[in-house]
Amino acid sequence: MGWVTWRQHRLTLAGVAAVLGAASVYLYFTGEHLRNQGFVSYGAGPGLTLTAALFQVIPPLIGAFVGAPVLARELEAGTFRFTWTQGFGRARWTIATLAPLALAVTVVAGAFGFLFSWCYGPQIGVKYGLSPLAATTFDLRGVAFAGWTLVAFAIGVVAGILIRRVVPAMFATLVAWSGLAVVTGLFLRRHYEAPLVTSRTNLPSTDWVMSEWWTRGGQPVSSSTIDQVLQKVGVSVSGNGQQILRASQGSGLGNMSPTQYLIHHGFTQLSSYQPASRFWPFQWIEGGWLLALSLLLMIAAVWLVHRRAT
Amino acid sequence: MNVIEANGLGKRYGSTWALRDCTLAIPDGHVVALVGPNGAGKTTLLNLAVGLTAPSTGTVTVLGDTRPGSRTALDGIAFVAQDTPLYKNLSIADMLHLTRNLNRYFDQGYAEARLGELGIPSTRKAGKLSGGQQAQLALTLALARRPRLLVLDEPMSSLDPLARHDFMATVMTAIADDGVSVVLSSHVLAELERVADYFVLLSSGSVQVAGEVDDLLACHRVLTGPASEADRCADRLRVVHTRRGEAQAHLLIRTNGSADPVPQGWEAHPVTLEELTLAYLREPGASSLPGPVRARHTEPMDVAK
Repeated sequence: MGWVTWRQHRLTLAGVAAVLGAASVYLYFTGEHLRNQGFVSYGAGPGLTLTAALFQVIPPLIGAFVGAPVLARELEAGTFRFTWTQGFGRARWTIATLAPLALAVTVVAGAFGFLFSWCYGPQIGVKYGLSPLAATTFDLRGVAFAGWTLVAFAIGVVAGILIRRVVPAMFATLVAWSGLAVVTGLFLRRHYEAPLVTSRTNLPSTDWVMSEWWTRGGQPVSSSTIDQVLQKVGVSVSGNGQQILRASQGSGLGNMSPTQYLIHHGFTQLSSYQPASRFWPFQWIEGGWLLALSLLLMIAAVWLVHRRAT
Repeated sequence: MNVIEANGLGKRYGSTWALRDCTLAIPDGHVVALVGPNGAGKTTLLNLAVGLTAPSTGTVTVLGDTRPGSRTALDGIAFVAQDTPLYKNLSIADMLHLTRNLNRYFDQGYAEARLGELGIPSTRKAGKLSGGQQAQLALTLALARRPRLLVLDEPMSSLDPLARHDFMATVMTAIADDGVSVVLSSHVLAELERVADYFVLLSSGSVQVAGEVDDLLACHRVLTGPASEADRCADRLRVVHTRRGEAQAHLLIRTNGSADPVPQGWEAHPVTLEELTLAYLREPGASSLPGPVRARHTEPMDVAK
């Protein structure tokens, strides 16, 4: 059956190989270039952000182009009437088709994530650099990239058997994967482990700060109170959330920053954050639940093929 | 052994019954013609028999007692669907390789010899073949599996007359050589009339006629006589369908054999399968089924006036 799968999907697999191949070549040369120049503290640099944004579309595209047609094309073209009446049987055929494709997709994505880490790794997590936990690059590295690609493939397969038409299934895959990725990045990932809370004000930029707030004597203090205190010394408060304070000229602060002034007057700034050292634990957690979800989706696809009458 | 046995079989799509209350017992070793107008439920019945779909009510078993879609059934039944689906961008050699990988038994030598005889090169892509060649390829792939039952769903609907002739010749050769049972569906009776020895007529999702062709032809005949006497005659006979002209009427009647006397002034002719089909299709309430009778609206084997 391996030959069968390869033969039927050779075009899409070749397309995937071409795209990833081109991206890999780019990463390789960029990595060499950065190393030749020495890794000056680029921080998050425009090159990395743009590249990361582009590479974010690779998993859902693989899911849409490799995963969605597997079952949808059989149903749309009517070839299931040939393939599923052969002696092999339809459930076995589905498993024997999905397994090698899922494996190939995961392995290739894993290699790609490794290459991405090699290329930009030293730029992420250095003293003034980007936090490795930041959503920009977290899901492009380590096991997370392989996990996101595999789940995109699995979503594509299920969309294919449910929708039964290739192009609508591809769109559904893109939409569903994007929804899942956004929800994970915005809401889910920060809760993998309980965040640490500290009153230090000099957290390195590589830690992922999720929120900051002021307290006094153990009680949280509203930002309007902070505003009032600061305005008394002539400081205008701008920004929200992170409370970016800008000192206006001629304020009564002297050499202190507004933050130091507040601390001096009994206020404490608390930050809840995830330290950069949690990168790998988070990778395993995210990779783990993505793997479980993918397996669940593929089992559901096999069950749907087995049970669903035409 | 019955190759296809159905009991009260029904299939519903949404609120429409594609097949309703279908009871059949098709014996093996026959060439079965499954005939009916478009939308009668032929494809549904065949899909149920090969396990592509599951019944809504009733049961169907194939090859004796086997459940359709089970391993034994899949091994023993070869199905060629309408419009002969093939992987258009695989070459012929690849299609053979594919079919060999998907089946326990596949006679590669037979398949290659057959395709050689037909002059189909093995490097050409399946999608580039003509309609007739695609049908022959699908048939070859099916026969190379050496099935016990060959099921063909309107295999000739898109073929020209010569291609049809070649197709049926291949089927008949396979029957003679291997003793395979064949179920063929079509809405064109003429091409099946010569080869079929078991006949099933489906109309609007119900089985109207089922039986051996010889038996059916033996117990029906056409009586031709004056139109004025037609009604009087019809009261005494079991008339399936009446066709009236200005002066003449033709009654297609059911008899118990040739024992029934022909009324005076009337002539009796043997009936062809085509006349039989048309008559029953025009009388939806009539049916001719073997064995224990299942009444629908009227007593079976009688006409609904």
